[in-house]
Amino acid sequence: MLLDVQNLTTRFHTHDGEVFAVNDVSFHIEPGECLGIVGESGSGKTQIFMSIMGLLAKNGTAEGDVLFEGKQILGLSTAQLNTLRGVEFSMIFQDPMTSLNPYLRIAKQMTEVLVAHRGMGEKDAEKASIELLDLVGIPESKKRFRMYPHEFSGGMRQRVMIAMSLLCQPKLLIADEPTTALDVTVQAQIIELIARLGRELNMATVLITHDLGVIAGLSDRVLVMYGGRIVEEAAVRELFHDPQHPYTRGLLDSMPRLDDSSRASLYTIPGQPPNLQALPDGCSFAPRCTHTMEICRKQRPLLQKIAAGRTKACHLENVS
Amino acid sequence: MLAYTLRRIGSAIPTLLFIITIAFFMMRLAPGGPFDRERQLPPEIEANILRAYNLDKPVYEQYFDYLINIMHGDFGPSYKYLDFTVTDLITTGFPVSLRLGMSAILLAIFVGVFAGTIAALKQNSVFDYMVMGTAMTGIAIPNFVMAPLLALIFGVYLSWLPVAGWGGGAIAYQVMPIITLALPQIAYVARLTRGSMVETMNSNFIRTARAKGLNERIVVIRHALKGGLLPVISYLGPATAEIITGSVVIEAIFDIPGIGRYFVNGALNRDYPVVMGVVIFFALLIITLNLVVDLIYGFLDPRVKVE
Repeated sequence: MLLDVQNLTTRFHTHDGEVFAVNDVSFHIEPGECLGIVGESGSGKTQIFMSIMGLLAKNGTAEGDVLFEGKQILGLSTAQLNTLRGVEFSMIFQDPMTSLNPYLRIAKQMTEVLVAHRGMGEKDAEKASIELLDLVGIPESKKRFRMYPHEFSGGMRQRVMIAMSLLCQPKLLIADEPTTALDVTVQAQIIELIARLGRELNMATVLITHDLGVIAGLSDRVLVMYGGRIVEEAAVRELFHDPQHPYTRGLLDSMPRLDDSSRASLYTIPGQPPNLQALPDGCSFAPRCTHTMEICRKQRPLLQKIAAGRTKACHLENVS
Repeated sequence: MLAYTLRRIGSAIPTLLFIITIAFFMMRLAPGGPFDRERQLPPEIEANILRAYNLDKPVYEQYFDYLINIMHGDFGPSYKYLDFTVTDLITTGFPVSLRLGMSAILLAIFVGVFAGTIAALKQNSVFDYMVMGTAMTGIAIPNFVMAPLLALIFGVYLSWLPVAGWGGGAIAYQVMPIITLALPQIAYVARLTRGSMVETMNSNFIRTARAKGLNERIVVIRHALKGGLLPVISYLGPATAEIITGSVVIEAIFDIPGIGRYFVNGALNRDYPVVMGVVIFFALLIITLNLVVDLIYGFLDPRVKVE
């Protein structure tokens, strides 16, 4: 097991009370696998990994256990974390336009990683960095290497981000909505790139997204999140063919389909995402669910194993 | 960039002409003249003096004469400091003022940036509140209050520093004037730095730098400061203007032989050429420094094309 997360709970302390962003979440990642994490904005999917990376906002606290290769990494000091971040695991972010430093050349932003973690000289670090730019498909890498971020397109910047995150050959790459800010045609290229690199470098990848289409093409296993909790876990094929949680079903139904011309308008899940400051006692999805029962409002369903490699948190026996 | 610089210099000419015109006529509108004394001069002597300085001509003629003269680099004689031309006064006074002003600006940048950065990194800490509180006080107290206050405390009561004078430029004489000049600027720079560093430290690229496992010192110094200091760089133009106007008051209070003192004495004595000369000189200085600041800005932020 590469990463083992147990009972992770992340809270933010704000002026109007505590926000329960991640609630008692447990999952694991095997070496080399690709895990997809889906959910709406505010479902806690990003904050799980911010907690793991030690990048929570100042008012955030995380509790629980996060074991990386068996070693507890939650609660490590910044200095200790810095021996792991960018080395053992890296993260790329949603908005490549603002995630690169606009005042520094790509060259500096890449070589500094190797200088800091590998103790390389500037010359070697440059050579290694340019090789990675080639690997992620940046044309004229030698010339591009000397440029500033604003001289790149969005897709190219995300490629640079990916190259930068791979400099120390991490075992785990966390991609937080890597294609959300990009053009549709570029999205597919970036997803394909991440998939290829994962395979070629035998690197585990986490793909955080609200776009089920992205997950379908890339992941082995999928976690569905709602209200800061995991509500369903399944292999990607099973999730698409036989979703077991009403929320997952709703997500699948709200995907636009080219082959279905019968519906005049797109399907949406009614209602609003839950208020993370006042989660209900029962199931967080109950107010929006089409199958709500008496018990759903009173008792929160626990995540239960329903088949090999499948879990769900729902009182309903069979959704279909 | 050369074309840009030339264009900026070209656009400065109408500005300068406007300043000269306003200053010229405002001086003439002020009651009294350069040779009015409590004791009335005999009319024929007064007429002689006025004729000697061309003050007997109509004002608009004097104005055009003045414009023609300054285009030849002739800023005229001082009416008060006899045997001295305005150019003489500026060239003797400027090195002194420059020394004061530069020291004040450098002090303001170093102390202000340092205090502001620490305040930003330790946001909402006691240090932060202390720096921001002191900064507010620094901005609120005008220099003509601060100068006598410092002179009273450190000069009169404690006798640590000379109350006034220049002492040939000895350090002890410079301390209080420089600090008085720098204080409000330190305060502004500290507030600017804090605000912009707080914003920068919350930006996505700082999150990236941390995700790369860089240590916090590199994150701050290499990744945050360059962007965080841009507002300070832009403020350097106005800061110079404030230091210059401030030095007029400070030099008068501490009796320092810089241009500021000549300017004040010139204004009091209706020494028209001195006042005009200093106004033009200051205007040129501010225009030039603003241009320099813009060029530096373009150099620091690769996204800004100076053209």
